[in-house]
Amino acid sequence: MARVVVDVMLKPEILDPQGKAVHGAFGRLGFDGVADVRQGKRFEITLDGEATEERVAEIRKAADTLLANSVIEDFTLHVESDAQ
Amino acid sequence: MKIGVVTFPGSLDDADARRAAAVAGAEAVALWHGDADLLGVDAVVLPGGFSYGDYLRAGAISRFAPVMETIIKKAGEGLPVLGICNGFQVLCESHLLPGALIKNHHRKFVCKDQRLRIENNTTAWTSDYDANHEITIVLKNQDGSFVADEATLDRLEGEGRVVARYLGNPNGSYRDIAGISNERGNVVGLMPHPEHAVENLTGPTTDGLGFFTSVLKAVVAS
Repeated sequence: MARVVVDVMLKPEILDPQGKAVHGAFGRLGFDGVADVRQGKRFEITLDGEATEERVAEIRKAADTLLANSVIEDFTLHVESDAQ
Repeated sequence: MKIGVVTFPGSLDDADARRAAAVAGAEAVALWHGDADLLGVDAVVLPGGFSYGDYLRAGAISRFAPVMETIIKKAGEGLPVLGICNGFQVLCESHLLPGALIKNHHRKFVCKDQRLRIENNTTAWTSDYDANHEITIVLKNQDGSFVADEATLDRLEGEGRVVARYLGNPNGSYRDIAGISNERGNVVGLMPHPEHAVENLTGPTTDGLGFFTSVLKAVVAS
């Protein structure tokens, strides 16, 4: 079984209120020297079989259609082939 | 004249939207997200709420409901569609409207009576308002901040597609935008809730009624 991982992040120009909240908590907890925090989403997609080129292309399409909204988000995709 | 109101799993304001349609003089028709049949309605309201719990992104999963396939097709043919709050989010996710709605910049849920200025009174949903009419209706949202890139914002303003603007920005929306329309003016998305302001007993005003009476006239005219 192979696993495809999709990481979704808000585009840099879009304000991230959740990241800002986390950044504020860093300061209150004494974790200094942090300039900024951006929060994203990680999807771990386990396939039934091997991650063939066609199937990864399908997942890429799903990421573009559903997992990320291209108006406000960017995504990256990679394959972890040794998932059990 | 029939106004259909879609119920998604997690819709909250579908009953109020049907009631507002009835108060305006329309026959309110309940539509179901899983049924692609619009039952012959003349206009559609996508109501507020938290469809699919706002999982993934607000409106992101509802956008793929069977009913939306029909609505997207018919909207392209001129069917009047109003998305309120979560319905606005669904319209943006469907790409019937540009931009997106993200978390309020102050990160808190907001629930208040909100003043707006109606800046485009030529859409199917706003013709009963005067130009630059100032109204007060209910605002309640978590993910209400309208965002888009600069070019899109310039285009919306240049084409007169900013339907309503906040007087006192409650959620960080870019350029104080509370509502927008498509190019044709039959599809409108609005973050505040006109359906909660149609009767003095339960609303702050009856200023919201104009959205529903406007669409009745638009349907008669077409």
